[in-house]
Amino acid sequence: MLRSKVKSIRNLTKYPRWYGLGVLAVGVGGVGACLLSGAFTLSASDILMKAPPLPWSHSGYYTAFDHASVRRGYQVYKQVCAACHSLQYIHYRNLVDVSHTEEEAKQEAAEILVAGDLDEEGNPTQRPGKLYDKLPAPYANDNVARSANNGALPPDLSYIVLARKRNEDYIFHLLTGYADPPAGDSVDDEMAYNLYFPGNKLAMPQQLFTNSVEYDDGTEATVSQMAKDVTVFLRWAAEPAHDDRKRIGFKGMIIMPLLWLVAFYMMKHKWSVMKSRKLAFLPAVRKKYTFAGYARKGPPIS
Amino acid sequence: MTLNTRWIPERKQHFILNFLSKIFTDLPTPPNINYYWNLGSLLGFCLIIQLITGILLAMHYCPEITNSFDSITHIERNISSGHILRNLHTNSASLFFLCVYLHISRNIYHNTWKNQVTWTIGITIYITMIITGFVGYVLPWGQMSFWAATVITNLFSAIPYIGNSIVLWIWGSFSVSNPTLNRFYSLHYLFPFILTSLTIIHIIALHSENHSNPTGSQSEIDKLPFHQYFTTKDLQTTILLSIIIFFIITHTPHTFSDPENFIKANPLITPTHIQPEWYFLFAYSILRSIPNKLGGILALISSITILYLILLLKQEHIKSSNHRPNLKLTTWSLSITFILLTWIGSVPAESPYTILSLIITAWYFTSFIILIPLHSNTEKRIINKNIINNYQ
Ligand code: HEC
Repeated sequence: MLRSKVKSIRNLTKYPRWYGLGVLAVGVGGVGACLLSGAFTLSASDILMKAPPLPWSHSGYYTAFDHASVRRGYQVYKQVCAACHSLQYIHYRNLVDVSHTEEEAKQEAAEILVAGDLDEEGNPTQRPGKLYDKLPAPYANDNVARSANNGALPPDLSYIVLARKRNEDYIFHLLTGYADPPAGDSVDDEMAYNLYFPGNKLAMPQQLFTNSVEYDDGTEATVSQMAKDVTVFLRWAAEPAHDDRKRIGFKGMIIMPLLWLVAFYMMKHKWSVMKSRKLAFLPAVRKKYTFAGYARKGPPIS
Repeated sequence: MTLNTRWIPERKQHFILNFLSKIFTDLPTPPNINYYWNLGSLLGFCLIIQLITGILLAMHYCPEITNSFDSITHIERNISSGHILRNLHTNSASLFFLCVYLHISRNIYHNTWKNQVTWTIGITIYITMIITGFVGYVLPWGQMSFWAATVITNLFSAIPYIGNSIVLWIWGSFSVSNPTLNRFYSLHYLFPFILTSLTIIHIIALHSENHSNPTGSQSEIDKLPFHQYFTTKDLQTTILLSIIIFFIITHTPHTFSDPENFIKANPLITPTHIQPEWYFLFAYSILRSIPNKLGGILALISSITILYLILLLKQEHIKSSNHRPNLKLTTWSLSITFILLTWIGSVPAESPYTILSLIITAWYFTSFIILIPLHSNTEKRIINKNIINNYQ
C-alpha cells in the first residue's frame, strides 16, 4: 500500500500547480521585459547603415575561394589600392598556386626593386624582387603616409576584412557606399561621405569607378565587380590558410564522427549488462532502506 | 618472450600503480552518474590540449611589443599547421571555460560540495584559470588585448592609498608596455602548471571521499569499477568534445574572437567598445553595474569568491535539486542570470542596460546570499507537510 502511494521521492516535494505556473510567468515576463527594453532603444546619432549580408561564394562551410576573383582582386589592389595601402604580411610566394602560377608570381616580383645586400664598398644596392619578398609598401613610414593623406593613415589591408565587424560585407559596401551628404550635412574637401563608415566621414575618397582597371581575363570592370574582387582578394590575404582549413575540416568531419561511433558502440557494449540488470526492492530484507525508515530517521549511514 | 602474468596483483602492491588505479581504474563509482559527471574528464582533456598547443606556440611566439603581433601572424601564416595550432589554443580556451561553468553549475544544482577540500581547490582552479586566460589574452598584443589589459589593471587603482602603486607594480612601467607583456607571458607559462598541480590535488581530494551522484543519496550499496564503464564513457564524450572543437577551429575559427584583435595594439587609439572574451562578460557586467569603481571591483571579486562561501551552508540530507524544487528553481534562474549578464556585458553601457545590469547583479547575489540558504528551511516545511499527508 505504501509503495503504491509513494512512487518516488519526488512525491515528497510536490508543490501546488499554480506555484510552478506563477514562477514560470514571472520568469518569462522578466526575461521578456529585459529583451524588449533592449530591443526598443534607438540611438539616433548618425545615418549609419549596417552592411547587409551578401552571398559570398566562399562563405559556405565547404566552399573555397573563387580564385579567378582573387586574381582579379589582386589586380585591383595593385593598380588602385596599393597607391596608399600596404599589405605587409603578404609575400609574392603567397600568390603562387593561389592566383598566379610560379612563373607569373616571379614576374610580378621582378617588377619591383628592393634593397639588396651591401656591395663590396659597403654601399646599399637594389635588386629586382624575388618570390620571398613582401609586396612593396607605398610609404616609407606612417608619417609620410599621413602627410600624403591629409593626416589620415591608410590602414594596412592584410587583416582588414577580419578586423572589421561584418567582414567582407562591410568592405564591399564601404567601397561602393559613397554618396552625397544628406541635406544639412556637409563634408570637408579632403573627406568623403560614406553610408557605411562609422561616423560617415572618411579620409578615403571613392576609389573605384567604372573601368578603373582593365581586367586580364576580359571581365567587365564595373564598380561592384571590382569591389567584390578586391574584397575576395583581401579576405584571402587576411587568411591565406582559409582553403586548407576548410579542406582539413571536411576530412575531419567525416573521420571523427566515425571514431565517435566506434567509441559510442564500445561504451554501449561495455555497459549492456549493467543497463539490463534489474533491481528489486525487498522491504522485508533491508528495512532500514525503506522510504518510511528514511523519512523517519534520515539517511541510514552517516 | 613470456607474458608477465603478475600484473594484476602488482597494481595493488606497487604504490604508484596502486595510487593510479584508485583514481582511474579500480575507483568505485556510482553507476547512476549521468553525462553531467563527464565534465571532469573533459576539463582534464581541455587542460591537456591547452598545455600541448601552448608549449608548441611558445616555440614561435615572441614576447616583445613590436614583435608579438607579427610573431602570431608568423605562426598563422608561415608555420606549417600553425593556424590550426593557434585556433586550437584560443578556441579550446573558450570550451575550457564553457565546461568549467557547466561543471560548477553541476555542483550547485546537485549540491555536491560536501567535500570541502575539493570544492575549495575547485574554485581556486577556476580563479587561476581566469588569471591565466586574462594574461593569455594580452599576449597577441592586438587592440583588444592591449585595452583589456589597460582597463583591467587600472581597476586596482581604485584600492585606497596603495592602489596606484599596485598598478605601477603590475605594469612594471608607467603604462601597459613591454615589461607588462613580458611578465604576463611569464605568468601565462607558469600558471598552467599551477593549474595542473591544483587539478591533481583536486582529483586526489575528490577520490578520497565518496563519489557524488544525481540522486544525492549514499551510494555504497551500488558501485562499479571506473575502468571499462567510465573510461569508455569518458572516451566517448572526449571524442565528442574534440569533434566540437575541431568543428569550430575548421569552420568558424573567428567566432569567439573580437575583430579589434586583428589590429596591432595602438595606445593612441581607443576602440569604441572594450570588452573581454565572452567567458568574462558576466563578471565584466557585474563590474560595470556598480556605479562606484571600488564598489564594482568588490562586486566583481565577491561574485566569484562567494562560491567559496557556499561551503558554510548546512549539509542537507536531501541534496540534489532533482528533489528540491526551490533549489532547482534557483539554480535554473542562476543559469539564466548568468546568460543575461553575459549578454549585458557585450552591449554598450547605456541607459536601459545599466539599470538592467544592476537588477540582474542584485538578483545574482540575492540567489547566493538569501535564496539558497533559505531553501533548506522552506523545503523542509513542504517535505514535512507531504510526509504527513502521505504517511498518516
Ligand atoms: C588615395 C589613397 C587611397 C587609396 C588609393 C585607397 N585608400 Fe583606402 N584608405 C585611405 C585612407 C586615407 C584611409 C583612412 C580613412 C579614415 O580613417 O578616415 C583608408 C581607409 C581604408 C579602409 C578602412 C576603413 C575603415 O573601416 O576604417 C579600407 C577597408 C580601405 N581603405 C580599402 C581600400 C581599398 C580596397 C582600396 C582599393 C580599391 C583603397 N582603400 C584605396 C586612402 C586610400
